[in-house]
Amino acid sequence: MAGTKGVRLDRDKALQIYETMNDIRCFEEKALSLFEANKLRGSVHLCIGEEAIPATVCSFLDDSDYIASTHRGHGHCIAKGAGLDRAMAELMGKATGYCKGKGGSMHIADLERGNLGANAIVGGGVPIAVGAALASKMMHADLAEQGKMPVAVSFFGDGASNQGVVHESMNLASVWKLPVIFVCENNGYGISVPQWQSTSVKDISVRGAAYDMPHATADGNKVPDIFKAVSKAVDRARHGEGPTLLEFKTYRWLGHWTGDPCVYRTREEVEEWKKRCPIKFMRSYMTEKGFASDKELDEIEARAAAAADHAAEFALSSPEPDPALVLEDVFN
Amino acid sequence: MSIKTYAQAIKDVIAEEMRRDDRVFIMGEDIAEQGGIFGCTRGLIDEFGPDRVRNTPISESAFCGAGLGAACAGMRPIVELMYMDFTLVAMDQIINQIAKTRYIFGGKAVIPLVIRGQQGVGRGNAATHSQSMEAIFMHFPGLKVAMPSDASDAAGLLRTAIRDDNPVMFFEHKALYTSKCEVDDSPDFTVPFGKARILREGKDITLIATHTYVQKSLNVADKLAAEGISAEVIDPRTLVPMDWDTMTSSVAKTGRAVVVHEAHRTAGAGAEIAAELSERAFKYLDSPILRLEQRRARFLSISVLKMPWYLRNRISTTPAKKLFTERDAAVLAEVNQIDT
Ligand SMILES: Cc1ncc(C[n+]2csc(CCOP(=O)(O)OP(=O)(O)O)c2C)c(N)n1
Ligand SMILES: [Mg+2]
Repeated sequence: MAGTKGVRLDRDKALQIYETMNDIRCFEEKALSLFEANKLRGSVHLCIGEEAIPATVCSFLDDSDYIASTHRGHGHCIAKGAGLDRAMAELMGKATGYCKGKGGSMHIADLERGNLGANAIVGGGVPIAVGAALASKMMHADLAEQGKMPVAVSFFGDGASNQGVVHESMNLASVWKLPVIFVCENNGYGISVPQWQSTSVKDISVRGAAYDMPHATADGNKVPDIFKAVSKAVDRARHGEGPTLLEFKTYRWLGHWTGDPCVYRTREEVEEWKKRCPIKFMRSYMTEKGFASDKELDEIEARAAAAADHAAEFALSSPEPDPALVLEDVFN
Repeated sequence: MSIKTYAQAIKDVIAEEMRRDDRVFIMGEDIAEQGGIFGCTRGLIDEFGPDRVRNTPISESAFCGAGLGAACAGMRPIVELMYMDFTLVAMDQIINQIAKTRYIFGGKAVIPLVIRGQQGVGRGNAATHSQSMEAIFMHFPGLKVAMPSDASDAAGLLRTAIRDDNPVMFFEHKALYTSKCEVDDSPDFTVPFGKARILREGKDITLIATHTYVQKSLNVADKLAAEGISAEVIDPRTLVPMDWDTMTSSVAKTGRAVVVHEAHRTAGAGAEIAAELSERAFKYLDSPILRLEQRRARFLSISVLKMPWYLRNRISTTPAKKLFTERDAAVLAEVNQIDT
C-alpha cells in the first residue's frame, strides 16, 4: 500500500515502467508467433500498441491492490506482477499456468498479486473491481487518513463503456465513495465497430459527470500523461475520497484477435498510430531527461526479448493438465 | 436445391426474408461491415443498408430489450448475439420481459422476435464462450427454442422462426457453420416447429440427439449396424415445442433410449426428455432412459481438453448400467465412443 503523495516519474519509476512495457510487447509478440505456429489456440487478444497504460497504471499498485481486467488482459496481468513463464503457460492451457490451464488467455488471473482476472464478458470485470474496493473500504478504512487504503483498478474498453453494468458500477462506486479507479482504454474500436457508431460521446470520461466523479482524458500512448492522471486518482482513492474515471486514448496495432482481417480500418490509419509507438515515445522521453543511456535501454529491451523466449520454452515444455483433474475445482 | 454451408443457409434466409418483408431487420454486434463474427450477415449491409443491418453497441440488455419494443411496435426484428452465452447479460430482458410480455398483456402483444446466435464447443473458446444454453430457455414459458443440426434445418427452421409471431430463441452451433448439405432454395421452404426428424430408422434402440451429436449418433448407428444392432436416430429440432409423439412412438418400438447432447446432465434438455418419455412410454421400456452429456465442469478453453474427452466414460459408470443386459452393454460401449 505505498502512499502515492509525491510519487514522481523519476529515473527509477521510468525504468520500471519501461521494463514492463517491453515485457508486455515481447510477450505479446511471442504469443502471436506461437498462435501462428498453431501451438497456442483459442481467442487471443493482444495489446500491442497499448502497453503504456497497464505499465503506468500498475506502477502505482502493489500486491494488496486489486485490478479487474478484460479479454485483452495479458498486459494487465504482467504489469500487476505475473511472471512471463506461468502467464504463457496459462495461455497454452498448461498445468503450470496461473490457473492450471483452466482459464486460458481470456480468463487468466493471479489472485496472489491482486489480479481478479481477465474477463471474456465485456464489462464483466467492472463490478468485480468495485466489490474489491468495497472490501478494502470495509476492512481498511482506517488507512485512509494516511492515504494508504488499498485500491482497485477496473480496466475496460471503449466498447465496454456501453454496457449497463459499467454504468451501474460507476454509480455504486460513487454513492459508496469506493477506492476505485475506472480506467477506460479507448482504442477507438469494439472489434469492428468504431466509437462514433456505438458511443454517444467523444470523450468517454465525461460520463463521470453523471456519477459525480472526477474524470479526465489523456493520451494513452504517453507515459508521463498517464502517470499524472493516475497519480491524482490513486491518491484520491487511497485517501478515501472516492472513485475517478480516467480515459486513455490509444490504438491496438493488431487485429481484435489473432486472425482478424481488419476490414474496418485502413492501413494508413494503422501506420499513423504506429508512429506514435508508446515504447518509442518513452525511450526518447527517458533519453531526453537523461534518465538512462541508450545502452541501458537496449539492455532492457534485450532482457525482455530473452524473457519472452524463455516463457515460450517454459510453456512449450510444460505438461498438459491431467485429464483426471478436469472435475476438480468446481467446488471447494 | 443447392449445396450450402450452415452459415450460408442462415445468411440467405435472413436476406430473403428481409427482401420479402420490410419489417424484418437485424441488429447485433459487428454484423454490418464485418458481417458477423461467424459470417452469418456478410454482405447484407450492402443490400439493405445500415438502417436494417444495424451495428449495436456492446449492450446486450439494451438491444434484446429494444428487439422486444420494436416487435411490439410492429417490426419483426432479428437480434444476433455474437455468442449465446451473452444471453446471460440480457437475462432480465429475455426471461422477465420478452418471454412474459404477451401473457401479462393478456395476449394483446404480438412479438415476432428472433434472438439467434451460436453456442457450444469447437473453437477452443473459453469457458464463457462455449456453453450450451438451451435448457434455461425451455424452462420458462413464452419462448420457442430451435436447434438446427444441419444447413437444411438451419434454413427451414430459421424461416419458420422469422415468420413466427412469437419470440424464438434460435441456437446455432459454432462447429456446424462450415458443415454442408443440400438445401431447398425455394423462398417458401420452411421446417415446421415441433416436428422431430427421424434421420435413421431402427428397432433396437433410440438415440435422441441435438446439434453436433446428431451426426455423431448417425456414425454410432453405423457401427452398431455392423454388430447387428439397429439404432433409430431422432433429432427433435425444436425443444419448444417438443415433438413428444414421434419420440414416444420410437421408444415404444425400441424399448430403449439414450439422449445425447453437449449440455450438462443436471436439468439439461436430456433430463426433461428422459423424464417425459419415462412417463409416456413407461410400459414399453426395457431399461432406463439414459443421458450422455457434458460433465459438470467447463474446462474447454484449450489443448488437452479436446472434445473427445468430455463425454467419455459416462454411461459405463452410471449405476443404471447394471440394469442393462449384455447386449445393451455392447450398444453402450459403442455409444460411449461417440466423441472419438
Ligand atoms: C457481453 C459480451 N458481449 C460481446 C462480447 C464479444 N466481444 C468481445 S471483445 C468485444 C469488443 C470489446 O471492445 P472494447 O471494450 O472497446 O475492448 P477492446 O477489444 O477494444 O480492447 C466484443 C464485442 C463479449 N465478449 N461479451
Ligand atoms: Mg476498444
